[in-house]
Amino acid sequence: MAGAPPLPQPSGLRAWLLSPEPGSRSQARLGRFYLGWRAFSRNPLAVVGLGVVILLILVAIFADVIAPYSPIAGGDLRTQRLLPPSETYWFGTDDQARDIFSRVVYGSRITLFVVVLVALIATPIGLLVGTVSGYLGGWVDTVLMRITDIFLAFPRLILALAFVAALGPGIENAIIAIAITSWPPYARIARAETLTIRNSDFIAAVKLQGASTPRIILGHVVPLCISSLIVRVTLDMAGIILTAAGLGFLGLGAQPPMPEWGAMVATGRNYLIDQWWVAAMPGLAIFVVSLGFNLLGDGLRDVLDPKAAK
Amino acid sequence: MNRGGGHVSALRSFLKSTAQFVIVLMTTLLGLAAVTFFIGRVVPIDPVIAIVGDRAPPQVYERVRTELGLDRPLAEQFVIYVKKAVTGDFGNSVLTTNPVLTDIANVFPATLELATLGTLIGTLFGIPLGVLAAVKRGSLLDQFVRLVGLVGYSVPIFWLGLMGLLLFYAKLGWVAGPGRIDVTYSYLYTPVTGIVLLDTAMQGQWDAFWDAVSHVILPACLLGYFSLAYISRMTRSFMLNELAQEYVIAARVKGLSEMRVIWRHALRNAAVPLVTVIALSYANLLEGSVLTETVFAWPGLGQYITNSLQNADMNAVLGGTLVIGAVFVLLNLVSDLLYRLLDPRTR
Repeated sequence: MAGAPPLPQPSGLRAWLLSPEPGSRSQARLGRFYLGWRAFSRNPLAVVGLGVVILLILVAIFADVIAPYSPIAGGDLRTQRLLPPSETYWFGTDDQARDIFSRVVYGSRITLFVVVLVALIATPIGLLVGTVSGYLGGWVDTVLMRITDIFLAFPRLILALAFVAALGPGIENAIIAIAITSWPPYARIARAETLTIRNSDFIAAVKLQGASTPRIILGHVVPLCISSLIVRVTLDMAGIILTAAGLGFLGLGAQPPMPEWGAMVATGRNYLIDQWWVAAMPGLAIFVVSLGFNLLGDGLRDVLDPKAAK
Repeated sequence: MNRGGGHVSALRSFLKSTAQFVIVLMTTLLGLAAVTFFIGRVVPIDPVIAIVGDRAPPQVYERVRTELGLDRPLAEQFVIYVKKAVTGDFGNSVLTTNPVLTDIANVFPATLELATLGTLIGTLFGIPLGVLAAVKRGSLLDQFVRLVGLVGYSVPIFWLGLMGLLLFYAKLGWVAGPGRIDVTYSYLYTPVTGIVLLDTAMQGQWDAFWDAVSHVILPACLLGYFSLAYISRMTRSFMLNELAQEYVIAARVKGLSEMRVIWRHALRNAAVPLVTVIALSYANLLEGSVLTETVFAWPGLGQYITNSLQNADMNAVLGGTLVIGAVFVLLNLVSDLLYRLLDPRTR
């Protein structure tokens, strides 16, 4: 190896992050994170996706500042109704003389609300069902996986539709319905991961130390399942957004006058031919945001789960 | 080696796996019924009031309640529900007053027509695109196929449908608008199969046939695009897998032309898992039809369900949900069985 040029020694912050002998747990974690970020940022599309998602979050937080008009109260119905996009109304106005740009901006809050809540409800359910089923095995596994299969057997939108029909239309019920239809794939993934973890030596060691089953599952199995689950949930976000928008389009999600993107497209349907912007603009927002989540999910998968990247 | 014995054991294992399939099918269908039954019970709408009205005297209310079996224990109600569902009795639709199954039989061919055309389009274009993307990995074409897939996974189907209508129907006038066929033609043929394209063609009504084609082409292409996005992506990854195998090198060493290696050898092996993918995408199109049919005023199962939903017609909604769920399960199992039949390694 005499001929090889000496490797450039990283210095400063990078050296600290990349140190092979981290001095503390947080240094090791930050180092791992930095390595992940380096792999992630090599993929330009993934960075674009991350940008879109960050933009969505910022727009949702600062909606009051960004939106020039009220999303609910309309302007003068005689003069400001169904105006085409212009300098004053960037995306035009709708049938109630409301500024579509402002409504799209406020709509980002609803979209984010739906995505976050569905993820917060569905992920723990899937994680728990999957790890318990995989760890305990036997009849518990059979029963839980049968139930999971039954939920997987329904097409997602149809099942959500039936649930919303039963619970009544509205954004909260739409969220519950989507969460109920979202957890089965997570349970499957968590179970598969658990099966590979269950028989490893460190679990046997923890067992010998006398740890209880709940402690093993929650403290040792669940944390190891999380990274592949995060990838799956991120890849699913686009699907969640599309399902929520579909429910909104059918009039079963957020109710008027809430500026929900799917419901806005449904309004625009009545003015499609002469006032195309009423339907086009909110739909474009749905498209961009779900594309962003898909790109981000793809990028995360390449970093966190290299086996599945092919 | 005793070949006869091999056949017998192969047959036995096939029968065994078929029996397993039947059991899985039964439990899944039972589960589906349980889910729809449960949904039907939590509905805030009182089914008795829906029939007798809220001003009916208590005796009438009680009588209808007994007739509907609502006074019995839940478990017994579920058994009755399953028994009825097995014989195809989902109750009557409040909206059309017909038995739900009759309604579904009337609208299902329209959905089938659309989903079948969509899958055909998706398969015909998706497989060659996926193969080419795999062969020319990293090329511009590969990037393009990736983009097509990404857009397909991200775009709301109802919005793309509306934009398609706006461009191809309203602005360019290339296709006909919503609906299955113009009213002028709708009396020129008698519905036999319920599939307009077949009916008109069989009866020689070519004007009506071409009108139906111009109605179906846009929604079919739309569904076809979504199926293409999925099929091309899966074809690409299967082909990449096959092209890395040793038999491909062997075929090349033998001096076979590249065309033959790719299309006859590699694709033939990739075709086995592709059958599953196509069946899955077919099932997904049945789901996608709910939104598409709403956008294109297509009188199929999806529109039937949404119409019933908006009129709180729970029998129709749950019947339709159960039928779609059952078709979904069946398609999944059929694809699984086909996979086992086509791939000798699974035997």
